Amino acid sequence: MKNILLEGLYIMAGLVSLVTAYMAFTDKKHPTRLGTSLFWGLLSVIFIVGKYIPAVIVGIILLFMGLLTAFKQVKFGSQVNSDEKFREEKSKLIGNKIFIPALSIAVVAFGIAQFTELEGLVGLGFGAITATIIALGMTKANPKYVGYDGSRLLQQVGSASILPQLLAALGALFNAAGVGQIISEGISGVISEGNVLAGVVAYCLGMAIFTMIMGNAFAAFTVITAGIGIPFVYSQGANPAIAGSLALTAGYCGTLMTPMAANFNIVPAAILETKNKNRVIISQIPFAIILLLTHIALMYILAF
Amino acid sequence: MIKLIGVLIIVIGFILKLDTIAVVLVAGITTGLVSGLDITEILSTLGNAFINTRYMSLFLVTLPVIGILERYGLKERAANIIKNIKSASAGRVIILYTLIRELAAALSLRLGGHVQFIRPLVLPMAQGAAELNYEDLGEEEIEIIKGYSAAAENYGNFFGQNVFIAAGGVLLIVGTLEELGIKVIPLDVAKASIPVAIIALIYAVIQNYLLDRRLNNRLKRR
Repeated sequence: MKNILLEGLYIMAGLVSLVTAYMAFTDKKHPTRLGTSLFWGLLSVIFIVGKYIPAVIVGIILLFMGLLTAFKQVKFGSQVNSDEKFREEKSKLIGNKIFIPALSIAVVAFGIAQFTELEGLVGLGFGAITATIIALGMTKANPKYVGYDGSRLLQQVGSASILPQLLAALGALFNAAGVGQIISEGISGVISEGNVLAGVVAYCLGMAIFTMIMGNAFAAFTVITAGIGIPFVYSQGANPAIAGSLALTAGYCGTLMTPMAANFNIVPAAILETKNKNRVIISQIPFAIILLLTHIALMYILAF
Repeated sequence: MIKLIGVLIIVIGFILKLDTIAVVLVAGITTGLVSGLDITEILSTLGNAFINTRYMSLFLVTLPVIGILERYGLKERAANIIKNIKSASAGRVIILYTLIRELAAALSLRLGGHVQFIRPLVLPMAQGAAELNYEDLGEEEIEIIKGYSAAAENYGNFFGQNVFIAAGGVLLIVGTLEELGIKVIPLDVAKASIPVAIIALIYAVIQNYLLDRRLNNRLKRR
């Protein structure tokens, strides 16, 4: 039952992508009409029928999508939000009730995960449907905006929306190639296996430092978890949900301290016109170091 | 050691600001090739992992409703709440924003951003409050307030998001561990993210409380 519902949700997600492809295709003012609609069209194919086609073909489709983004063929079109006057008016009229549909996504997802046999992801689907119905009722918006605004947001997020999935796939490849093993051999020269605290310190610091180098905690997570997390933390009996969650946010502490994470640290400094381009990082360093130390303590105490 | 070439490619790719998706694909394929996997094996590993992690993109089904709510003034409403803060000081404005940003992230609302909220709203309010409170607010202090305002966006965003059950980070943890043979469910990861979310908020409150104190010590009150 759960799997059927989940597969149904993948089809729904695929449909959002398909509508986006259609909107891009019919968007006369789109700067990269064909490339963009091809990108979202291919993604929708993977979502809707990906399970039934050979994995090699999916791999080839991904390479093709990579070519499209490499040649800057996936862009935002000419879809627009409502104008400011309309938004101000409606926000006064509707008031804080506007948060109810948004809240209902999380509440329904959590409720279904907590109290039924179905898991949170199926819950998310039901949450999204419930929220859409409440929102349409509350705003009396024309239902055509379901497709229009969904694709507007997806094009805004852009090709980066497939990045988590792609990084997980990268992790699978690194895993098959034995990258984690190389790193863990390097680490085991420094710390002895069997020492829980040393393992926790290495995992949290490894995440933060690697994130600072790579500028991306997601990419660091796949590498460091295989290399340090598995041999030195999980294999010693850590609760995987707790250790995993803390490892990722330990990586975020690294994000706060590195110019490599330009979108979070360097670009905002430019946007706020600070004199020192590292101003945001300077403000964040004490916070990041103390929170990173807290992560080590929490993982040692809560995960074991 | 040669197997680490993929890591090197990612680092170089980020430094040169090349297209992230292409960089990740090149890094993966190169790593596979130097490790002796053949191209079919590489492509099917990629394809398989991508199909198995489709759940990471289920946030797509929430985009239509969030788009409609934006159309009907969701962001304007959030901005309004911040504007109505009484007894403002620079630190308090930033604290309130951090709280709202973190709650929004926990609900998967894409409310916030340096361009959308910090520059037009939070910074002017924080700076405005400081200008009202002190006679001699200088460039150095404004610079500090800018840094703290930008940081608030990052704190709320980073440490609130994993509380949401289908956050990219939560699903990446589930997917990566599954790939390595450990089974966890998203709900448990989301729950395990709550302590850090609360602690990060407390640290942000302390940091901004210290900001107010620092301004008080350095400057003359009106």
